[in-house]
Amino acid sequence: MNNNGTILSVNDLRTYFQTEDGIVKAVDGITFTLEKGETLGIVGESGSGKSVTNLSVMRLIPEPPGKIVAGDIIFNGIDVRALSIDQVRKIRGKRMAMIFQDPMTSLNPFLKISTQLMEVTRLHLGHSKQEAYQHAIKMLETVGIPDAESRVDGYPHEFSGGMRQRVMIAMALSCDPELLIADEPTTALDVTIQAQILELIKDLKARMGTSVILITHDLGVVAGMTDKIIVMYAGKVFEQAPTRELFRTPANPYTKGLLRSVPDPAHEQGKELYQIPGLPPDVAHLPPGCPFAERCERAEDICRREFPPFVQINADHHSLCHFADEVYAESVREAESAALPVNRDTE
Amino acid sequence: MLGFILRRLLIIIPMALLVVSVTWILIRAAPGSFYSEERALPPAIEANIREKYGLDKPFYQQYMMMLGNVLKGDFGDSLRYQEQSVNEIIARHLPYSATIGALAYLLALFVGLTAGIIAALRQNSAFDYGSMAFAMLGLSVPNFVLGPILVIVFSLWLFWLPPARWGGISNLIMPVFTLAAIYMAYIARLTRAGMLEVMRSDYIRTARAKGLDEKTVLLKHGLRGGIVPVVSFTGPALASLLAGTVVVEKVFAIPGLGNIFIQSVLNRDEPLTLGIVAFLSILIMIFNLAVDISYGFLDPRIRYE
Amino acid sequence: MTKELACPKCAVSIKVDPDGPRLKVCSHCGATLMIDKTGDEPRLVLDESGVYERSSGELVAGASLWKDAWKRLLKNKLAVFGMVVLAIMLVAVIIGPAIIRMATGFTPDYIPSDIDGGARVKSFPPSLQHPMGTDDQGRDMLARVLQGGRISLMVGIISTLVSLIVGVSWGAVAGYVGGRVDNVMMRIVDIIYAIPYILIVIVLLSVFGGPNTPAIITTMSDAIGGAGNQGLSQIFLLFFALGLVSWLTMARVVRGQILSLKNQEFVLAAKATGVSTFGIIFRHLVPNALGPVIVYATLTVPSVMLTEAFLSFLGLGVQAPYASWGSLAADGIKNIQIFPWQLIFPGVTMALTLFSLNFLGDGLRDALDPQTRKF
Repeated sequence: MNNNGTILSVNDLRTYFQTEDGIVKAVDGITFTLEKGETLGIVGESGSGKSVTNLSVMRLIPEPPGKIVAGDIIFNGIDVRALSIDQVRKIRGKRMAMIFQDPMTSLNPFLKISTQLMEVTRLHLGHSKQEAYQHAIKMLETVGIPDAESRVDGYPHEFSGGMRQRVMIAMALSCDPELLIADEPTTALDVTIQAQILELIKDLKARMGTSVILITHDLGVVAGMTDKIIVMYAGKVFEQAPTRELFRTPANPYTKGLLRSVPDPAHEQGKELYQIPGLPPDVAHLPPGCPFAERCERAEDICRREFPPFVQINADHHSLCHFADEVYAESVREAESAALPVNRDTE
Repeated sequence: MLGFILRRLLIIIPMALLVVSVTWILIRAAPGSFYSEERALPPAIEANIREKYGLDKPFYQQYMMMLGNVLKGDFGDSLRYQEQSVNEIIARHLPYSATIGALAYLLALFVGLTAGIIAALRQNSAFDYGSMAFAMLGLSVPNFVLGPILVIVFSLWLFWLPPARWGGISNLIMPVFTLAAIYMAYIARLTRAGMLEVMRSDYIRTARAKGLDEKTVLLKHGLRGGIVPVVSFTGPALASLLAGTVVVEKVFAIPGLGNIFIQSVLNRDEPLTLGIVAFLSILIMIFNLAVDISYGFLDPRIRYE
Repeated sequence: MTKELACPKCAVSIKVDPDGPRLKVCSHCGATLMIDKTGDEPRLVLDESGVYERSSGELVAGASLWKDAWKRLLKNKLAVFGMVVLAIMLVAVIIGPAIIRMATGFTPDYIPSDIDGGARVKSFPPSLQHPMGTDDQGRDMLARVLQGGRISLMVGIISTLVSLIVGVSWGAVAGYVGGRVDNVMMRIVDIIYAIPYILIVIVLLSVFGGPNTPAIITTMSDAIGGAGNQGLSQIFLLFFALGLVSWLTMARVVRGQILSLKNQEFVLAAKATGVSTFGIIFRHLVPNALGPVIVYATLTVPSVMLTEAFLSFLGLGVQAPYASWGSLAADGIKNIQIFPWQLIFPGVTMALTLFSLNFLGDGLRDALDPQTRKF
C-alpha cells in the first residue's frame, strides 16, 4: 500500500430510484476512500447497490428514474457532483474508466473494434487517425490479444467472450486512467477465462499504477486482488475492513455467511456447502430494523425493531450490526483456537 | 455477397410466375368474365373473340399459353382499352404514380427519421409529445379524409395550391403529402421506439462511460441499431403504398396506375390485371432484396453467402 | 433425496431436492434457477422467464404477470383514455340508435317528409334537433353515424378475429414444425404479400358473393340481423375477406415467438410426457406468445377499419342501405365544400375511435413488454 494521497473519497452517498413500487434507495449512505495505487473490492449480492455506487461515481445513473440525492464524490480533489455534464465527460474514459459485466453486450456490435478503441484516444488525447490506430493495436497487444494487427479491424461478434472482455479492458485503459472501475468483469465468463482476466487486471494495475475498484458478488475473486473490502447489503455498507482482516476476523454475521458459502478447494467431499437462507430483501419495502435480520442466524428482537449501529472495531474495520463486537470477538476466538495460518490470504 | 444477390434475383422469376399464376387462378375462379357483364355480345362475335384470346381451349392450355407469354414479357392487349398493349398502358401511367410514390417515400423517410430521432433524444419534451401526437393523428385520419381537407384549406380558402390534376410542382405538394402522411407517422414512431430501445443497451452505457458527448453517442453508436425496425418496415410499406396511391389519384384526379389497376380488376380486364400484378410483384421483391442487402450494410453480424 | 448441483451462473454447488420445489435461488449470486429434470440426471438451468415466484417457486405466470400488466396499463393515462372512449363508443352504437328513435323519432334511414318545406336542399347543419346535421336526403346524421359505427366496429372485431385465428395457427404451425414445412408456409405468405390485397378482397367478394356465401357467414349474419338478410350477409362476407388479407404479419409475429420458445425446457418436458403436437402448439406455446399477439391484434383493429373505409371509399365496401363510418365519410367528401358536416362528423368519430385504439395498443405493448419495464 503506497500512501501517496487519496484518489477517490465517497462520503454518505445516496442514490435513489423512482419506481412503480415507490422510491428504491439503491445506495443509502455509502462512505469509503480509495488511496492511489490501491485496489478496493466491493462485494454483495445482486441488488445490494454495488453497481449503482460506481455508476454514481461515473455520473452514469440514468436520470430519471435515478438520482444522486446526497453525498460527496471527490475524485482527485474534484467534486464530481458539482461538475457540469460536459466537465464530467472530460474525466470519463480519460481519468476514470469502467469495465462492465457482460462483454457480449457492452461492445457496440455495429462498429469495428478499431473504431471503438480509436474514438477514446482521439477524443481525450487528441490523437490523429494514424496515431489512434497504432495506439489501438498497441493496447490490444498489451491486453494479450494475439495477432492484434489483423484483428483490430474485426467486429465484436468475431471475438470470444474472454477476448471481448480483453478488448473492453484495452478500451478502458487506452488513456491510462487513474481509476479503473471493474463491475463484475468475470461474472459472465467461463471459469477458466475468469482467472486469466483477473490476472490481466492485476498485472496491468501493477504496471500502470492504476487504482482499481473491483465489484463482485464473489468473495473468492477479491481475496487475492484487493487491499480492502466493502461488503454491501440492501444499499448499505455492512462491513468494511482490510482484506486480510475481513477474511480472518469478520465482525458481521452477513460477511461470515458469505465466507462460509465460498467453495473451498480443500472442501470435504460429500460435506454440504453452506448457503445463507432466504433471499435479498425488496429494497423498495425495507423493514424498520436490520435488513438482514430475516436471514440472520443470530438475529434477536432488537434486530427486527431497530436499525443497527455502524460499529467501529478498530481504525480500519467497521461493521453494521447490533452485535458487531460479539461477532468480532467470536471470530477472533475461532481464528486463534484453530490457530489457522489464515489460508485464504494470499499476501 | 454477389452470389447471394444473383441467387435472390434469380428466385424472383419463379416467385413472380407463382404470383401471376395465383392471380390468374383467382381471376378465373371469380364468376363471370369481361364479356359477361353489360357487354353481352352476339354469340358469333363472342365465339370469335374467345378464339382470338384462346378462351375456347382447355384451362391448362390457356394457363400454359399465359405463362409462356408472361415469360416473354408480353401480356397482350387490354380488353378494355382496345388496340393498346398492356405494356404501353403501364408505361404511360406508371410515371405519375412513380413520381408521387417516390417523392412521398422520400418525404416520409426524411421527416419520419428526423422527427423520431429528435423525439427520442429529447424524450418527454414538448417536441416529443407534439410530434408523437401528430404521428398518432397521421395514423388515425384516413387519407381520403386528409386529402379533401387539404384541398378545402389550401385551394378553396387560401388559393395557394391547385386543387387537382397533373402539372407543375405546386400540383405535387398536396398529393405527395397526403400519401406520405401515414408513413411519416409510422416511421417517426418506429424510429423513436427503436432509438429509445437501443439507448438503453449496454453498449450505449459503454459509449457514455468513454466520455463521448450525447450527440456522438446517439448518432455514431445508437442510430444504426435504432433504425433497423425502420428498414424492415420499408419493404411492406412499398406494397401498401400502392393502395394509398389509388386514393390519392382519385382525390386529386391524377391519371396514375393505381386507378387503372382497380378498374382493370373491376372490369375483369384479365391481361391488364395480370400485367400490373406481375410488374408490382417484381418491384416489391426487388425492393425486399434491397432491404435485405441494406441490413447487411447496417449490421456486420449479418453475412450473406 | 437431495443432490448437489452446480449453479450455471457462478458454478457454486447448491443443495437441491429434485422432487421439491422446481425453483431455487442461488444463495451465492442470487440467480433464479430451475431444476431441469428432462435429462437423465437433473441439472440446474437459469430461469429468465420471470414466471416463477422467487420465494415459493410456484408458477405465477397466470396470475401476477397479467395482474402486473393490467396495473401498468391503468397507470398509462392515454391508454385509459382510449379504453374509456372505446367503452363509450361501444355503448353508444349499441343503444344509441334506439334512444334516438325514442327521443326524436329519427332512425338512420328515416326521411322526414316535412323537412323539405319546398326548398330543394335537405341537408341542414347541426342543430338541437339534429346534433350532427342531416345528410343529402334529410336523414339524421347522428343516427346514421351511430348505425355506421356498428358496422365499423364489427369490421374491427370480426376481421381481427379472423386474422387472429388464421395468423396464429399458420405462424404457430410453421414455427413449431420448422424445416421444409416452415419454408413452404412462409413462402406462401411472401407470395400473398406480393399480390395487392384489393385484388384478393374483390375476388373473395365475387367468388363467395350472393348464393355462394359460405354457410358459416350466413349463419352469423342471420343470428345478428335476422334470417335471409342478403345485404347483411354480404357485409359479413366483407368482414371475413378483410380478415383473410390481414393475417400475414400476425403469422410472422407468432412464428418468431414460437421459434424463440420451442426449444425451451417446458416444451421438452411436455414432449417427454407425451403431449400431442397439437397440444404442445396450442396449449403450451401459443399461450406463452400471447403478449405480442394481443398487442398486434389491438393494432390490427384500426388497420382493418381503415381498410374497410378505404374500400367503401372506392365503392367496394359497405353498400347502401347499410353504412359504415368509411362509407359515410366517402359520401360526405362529394359535398365537402357545401355541406362539410357530412364528412366532418363521421370522419372525426372514426378518427377518434382509431386514435383510442392506437393509444390502447401502445399502452398494452408498454404494459406487456418486459423490455420497457426497467425502473
